[in-house]
Amino acid sequence: MPKERPEINASSMADIAFLLLIFFLVTTTIDVDKGITVKLPPWSDEPPETQKLKTRNVYSVLVNANDELLVRGEPMMVRDLKENAKVFIINPQRLENMSESPKNAIISLKNDRGTSYGSYLAVYNELKAAYNEIWDEKAQELHGSTYEDLPFDKKKELRGNIPLVISEAEPTDFGD
Amino acid sequence: MSKFRKKRGKTVPAISTASLPDIIFILLFFFMVVTVLKNSDLKIDVVVPDATELQKLEKKSLVSYLYIGTPKERYRDKFGSAPRLQLNDAFATVDDIPLFLEKEKLKIQEQLQPLMTASLRVDKEVTMGIVQDVKTKLRKTGQLKVNYSAKPRSKDL
Repeated sequence: MPKERPEINASSMADIAFLLLIFFLVTTTIDVDKGITVKLPPWSDEPPETQKLKTRNVYSVLVNANDELLVRGEPMMVRDLKENAKVFIINPQRLENMSESPKNAIISLKNDRGTSYGSYLAVYNELKAAYNEIWDEKAQELHGSTYEDLPFDKKKELRGNIPLVISEAEPTDFGD
Repeated sequence: MSKFRKKRGKTVPAISTASLPDIIFILLFFFMVVTVLKNSDLKIDVVVPDATELQKLEKKSLVSYLYIGTPKERYRDKFGSAPRLQLNDAFATVDDIPLFLEKEKLKIQEQLQPLMTASLRVDKEVTMGIVQDVKTKLRKTGQLKVNYSAKPRSKDL
């Protein structure tokens, strides 16, 4: 006959669990890591070939050391940039001074060394937002769903037709 | 006497606390799952800018962090107030980046190494000069997948 064993007292279980809980509460940082993902161009020691680009296809954006925005030679507010870029890329009225087709459109982004990172990223964000909206509109038009919901190959096809090209020139040395 | 007896009969029975450990354990598991142990002690102030077009960084293990910002108050005497780069726990220069990335690469499986992302957590007040230097170094090292860390913000500026 087995010996009768006393039951283990489990009343301290809650305390132990509390202790662990408090530890994890304190160390927790629920910060979802988010950001703007970019792919940098590979480095080459030779200066890049100067391609002959038609001026009408280039959307030049300059953020200077005073965080002022200059788009195709005209000063602009950051909040107007997205709409302006969209019009340039799609060129709905087939204007002579805007991109021949979305495929040919190139955005050239330039900054000074003294530009603040915040305003640089704000501008980059707007340019990316312009493309995201165009992709979304195209996806609605062609497939009737948002860009996010498209299958991978359809996304790729769409991006191939309206490629996001942001070319970044070496910054000028002002204001560092 | 009967007065007392009556009262005793009405006492509320003690609430059973037997399920308390279970409740606590559920909470505990929740926090254990969502916890990210803070991996480096920041010696610089970093307030990342706001943006709207954010993408989530999926695999935490594939991300290496590079911090750029102005040194915190107590390090000002030694390091000045010019923006600095921090890798892991120490101040670093741009030239330390290749070695840092190589070490980070060794931590992850070989077939996943090309998917490694460099997350740039940069203070919004920092000037682009140092950011540009870091970017150039990343390009030279072949670390082309970069994420500019940012906080979400509502649509309008």
